[in-house]
Amino acid sequence: MNIVDMLLTHAPALTIAIPLLGAFLTPLISRVSEKGRNIFAIITVGITALFVFLMASEVLSNGPMTYVFGSTAATVQQSTVIRILFEVDALSIFMAIIGIILSFVAVVYSYAFMEKNTGLDKYYTLLLLMTTGMLGMMLTGDMFNFFVFLEITSIASAALVAFWTNKAKAVEAGFKYIVISTIGALFVLFAIALLYGQYDALNMAKIAQSLGISGFTFIDKIALVLLIAALAMKGGLAPMHMWLPDAYGRAPASISLLLVGATQASLYGLFRIVFTVYGDVISLPSISIGWILVLLGLITMLIGVIMAIIQTDFKRLIGYGAVAELGYMALAVGTGLTIVANADPNITLETAPFAMKAITGGLFHVINDALDIGLLFLVAGAVYYATKETSLNKLGGLARNMKYTTIFFIIGLLAVSGLPPFNGFASKLLIYESTYQLNPILSIVAILSSILLLAIFVKVLHSVFLGPALPKYETVREVPKSMLLAMAVIAGIIIVFGLFPQVIVTNLVEPAANALVNNSGYLQWLTGGF
Amino acid sequence: MIANIPYLAVAGLIIIGLYTLLFKKNLIKMVIGITILESGVNLFLITLGYRMGSVAPIFTGNADNPVMSYPVPQALTLTSIVIGVAVLALMLTLVIHIYRHHGSLHVSKLGGDDQ
Amino acid sequence: MKGMSSIVKTIANISFPIITIYGLYIIAHGHLTPGGGFQGGAIVASGLALLAVAHGTSWVESKVKEHDLSMLESLGALGFIGLAFLGLIMGGAFFSNFLADTSMLFGAIPVDGAANINTGGTLPLMNFAVGLKVIAGLFAIVLVMAIATNKEED
Repeated sequence: MNIVDMLLTHAPALTIAIPLLGAFLTPLISRVSEKGRNIFAIITVGITALFVFLMASEVLSNGPMTYVFGSTAATVQQSTVIRILFEVDALSIFMAIIGIILSFVAVVYSYAFMEKNTGLDKYYTLLLLMTTGMLGMMLTGDMFNFFVFLEITSIASAALVAFWTNKAKAVEAGFKYIVISTIGALFVLFAIALLYGQYDALNMAKIAQSLGISGFTFIDKIALVLLIAALAMKGGLAPMHMWLPDAYGRAPASISLLLVGATQASLYGLFRIVFTVYGDVISLPSISIGWILVLLGLITMLIGVIMAIIQTDFKRLIGYGAVAELGYMALAVGTGLTIVANADPNITLETAPFAMKAITGGLFHVINDALDIGLLFLVAGAVYYATKETSLNKLGGLARNMKYTTIFFIIGLLAVSGLPPFNGFASKLLIYESTYQLNPILSIVAILSSILLLAIFVKVLHSVFLGPALPKYETVREVPKSMLLAMAVIAGIIIVFGLFPQVIVTNLVEPAANALVNNSGYLQWLTGGF
Repeated sequence: MIANIPYLAVAGLIIIGLYTLLFKKNLIKMVIGITILESGVNLFLITLGYRMGSVAPIFTGNADNPVMSYPVPQALTLTSIVIGVAVLALMLTLVIHIYRHHGSLHVSKLGGDDQ
Repeated sequence: MKGMSSIVKTIANISFPIITIYGLYIIAHGHLTPGGGFQGGAIVASGLALLAVAHGTSWVESKVKEHDLSMLESLGALGFIGLAFLGLIMGGAFFSNFLADTSMLFGAIPVDGAANINTGGTLPLMNFAVGLKVIAGLFAIVLVMAIATNKEED
């Protein structure tokens, strides 16, 4: 067996183990040299990215991959699953690709952005721990393991949000984030305990199978409600979105980028539980769950856009834009769930394809939103690095000195608003078409929100970059090369996704949507014997 | 009825924890409320593993093969307690920083003007 | 934080070795009795916190620096993940127990009722690594918080 096959069999474990090893080695390496530690962090995340892409090439061609921790012997003994299992199917690897791209760009951007700060060994350790937690949330197949990685991600990201402890607002944002995050995680633990007490299983596939056999009891409904509420709170859906603008707005820019990934990992957990674990019993009440997701998505979009109009702080405004974009994702997936539930045998097959289109659009919007909002955060960080100023009232006329940053901001602005030829257009068109089938008002509200987002960001462009040159910004230079390189990587991916959306959708997003709707591929290792 | 007392204690702890978190205005009291809430969930987790009249799950070579309580919830509870310690340390450190900035622990000092 | 009276200091000096031995016993027998890495490490760290409260943080600060504790913590963590990678190389799966049922260090098979400390495989070694990390980590948290609140009183 050659080396590539051996790396491939162990790839799910190594994807978690290598950033963890890097996080533990960082304090020792930073004794020796500072620059060496920064390069070491970049190399660690780069090696993890290689493993993720290796797994992607395997999973997208051959089906789901499993990995057992602790032994190569059987994990099912007398119908009890006894070891922790990692299960990577098309949806997991799709989210893992997003997570590792965001992580790599954040580490490259931090090389110059955080250079003048002290305490950087703690920063890089926490960054690598947050990468581990995010990837672990996306790859695991065990409910309690998901809870542990969720807590690792929340603790590491709360410490990073409060990294600039000399600013009172950053520490308050970190405190608010950790309190809300801990309450949500405790509800998740309560629901996991309920499911364990009911079925004596912690493995997601085993719980799904047991739910299919025993039906939908009252305790399962309580567990589902607790899980949806807590994961929607961690994912930033309204009316639980209060922590998002504070945390995104006060963190360093590279951490805001990585927080987008962590928020989407929580949304991934929500989809995994609703569609895969409860997949066999969800056909009964799915009309209500679908409509709940649709309503939450609508409220989130409207709140995000309306609150963004009145903001005067650059990063807080982008944070409210991120809230609005999360509403699009929930709206699309909820629409898909409602249309699938409505498809009883009397309705013709014409409405059912729009369900797959809705879910495909929602999942494609996950990666597009991460890239677009991420690019806007990086531009805001670059402006802060150059001018030490974040208030829109005090900035102005920066396009003369910072040409490349202005171009990246224009690309991000057009992509977020959903204009062709950028990637936001491709996913938003799928969402508009499919929500129109459910109810025309939904699609009208979605289009209006996009137009308002365009107006808001054009206002920001005008007040920050255009306009007369202010005398105190005469000496502002362009930001260092590594920050420009990070922004260029994301802008390049945005343009490529926008010009060739069909390639991405058929190869990456549609397998993920198929894995989401039909959970038999996930249960295959359990029913086929392992 | 005797068998239900742990579950009533869990409900009581969770209600007390949520009450403290929602209605108290001192930051340290809010942190204590989160600790009480977490103790309630840990108690629920470990009560699930008990069987009536069971002993600790250790093989001691006795020939009479007694009923043993489940060891898996004990491992889950231990993990949850460790996570709770880490979260508590982080929250208290952030409260120390907030006290340094504002000079008081009242929750109305958070927020302030959003410039 | 100033130290306390000499009665408290004497009793703390006597209690500290007893608490440490007890904590190390719980760490070492984690695979046989209730206990293990975190539990024993928390006991030893509370013994160290007893010393810090009795003698005052300035005395403790002169003996132990915070970055030494950070180094010990990293060593414990590296021991843990190093054992996991060794399980990958020598056993075939990540975290596998490659020492059980062999003739190496902790490799005997436990017999019902006669399990001695020489059993368990990699579990006692991982308990030691986690115990070291928890001792260093919890004591560092207590020390840093004591120093931080100390600075405000002056």
